[in-house]
Amino acid sequence: MTQSTAQASEATALDRFSLAGKEYRSRLIVGTGKYKDFEETRKAIETSGAEIVTVAVRRVNITDPDQENLLDYLDPKKFTILPNTAGCYTPEEAVRTCRLARAAGVGDMVKLEVIGDDKTLFPDTPGTLEAARLLIEDGFTVLPYINDDVVTAKKLEDMGCAAVMPLAAPIGSGLGIRNPYNIRIIQEHVSIPVIVDAGVGTASDAAIVMEMGCDGVLMNTAIAGAKDPVLMADAMKQAVEAGRKAFLAGRIPKKLYATASSPIEGLLT
Amino acid sequence: MVIRINGKDSEVAPDISVAQLLEHLEIRPGRVVVELNAEVVSREAYGGTQLKDGDEVEIVHFVGGG
Repeated sequence: MTQSTAQASEATALDRFSLAGKEYRSRLIVGTGKYKDFEETRKAIETSGAEIVTVAVRRVNITDPDQENLLDYLDPKKFTILPNTAGCYTPEEAVRTCRLARAAGVGDMVKLEVIGDDKTLFPDTPGTLEAARLLIEDGFTVLPYINDDVVTAKKLEDMGCAAVMPLAAPIGSGLGIRNPYNIRIIQEHVSIPVIVDAGVGTASDAAIVMEMGCDGVLMNTAIAGAKDPVLMADAMKQAVEAGRKAFLAGRIPKKLYATASSPIEGLLT
Repeated sequence: MVIRINGKDSEVAPDISVAQLLEHLEIRPGRVVVELNAEVVSREAYGGTQLKDGDEVEIVHFVGGG
């Protein structure tokens, strides 16, 4: 390795994602939904390099209690398990779900979703604010899923949330970042981590999130719904790493006109 | 007596504890969380928590989600 490549790898090797007092190497957070089976879930997640994985809380099928458990495939000692409140439409439901999740013994960090509409799955902002307040009061570390709205992001930061998670596009839509300027405004106005959550479709979307300097990116469908989820998990890992490196390297400014890359001096004519 | 388990009415032996209910349902206690009338029951309390007629019990666990 040359000295310069050694320096470059050192700079990225030292880069850490700091969230709620813990440091992570990976800036990719992945969901565990929609996989064919638990074995595919495990393979995709291991390949993604993610250290934080989201899970949902649901009723046990009491007529088939022998069903395998997700945590048999994802060791909570190895991964930070981040329970979500997906499917909750009120602060009360969200708080109830979080209390159940905490009782499972995987810590007090939760991905708060209070959904406002079942077609878009956009968040209910007043409900999210109320749930965040109740959860923080109850000792939870709250990572709220929000619209790309800086006013909400600021309120949640002031309340004591550990990060804000603005959506890139509707959950599961794969549309990529619909409004990068709103994400940038959030980044400029909050000092807690900004994790883009939902809407990523493919590797370039994840790279763009990281190139913008966001702290992390959370995705599920983009990997689980791909034709080859394990290969996509690898693509996402590399995209997040490449995007982060590009951010750290500092991109060139965009210009309207050309600047020659080859010297003008010494031309034959 | 009849209690409601995960939204369904079920006939169970009178005065059984949460621990006995899980055993009866053949559910491993280690991977689930139990709620009794909308309050979480801690694992340590399973043996000492007696159920009564009309109780609403939820037994949940983690599943794949985003």
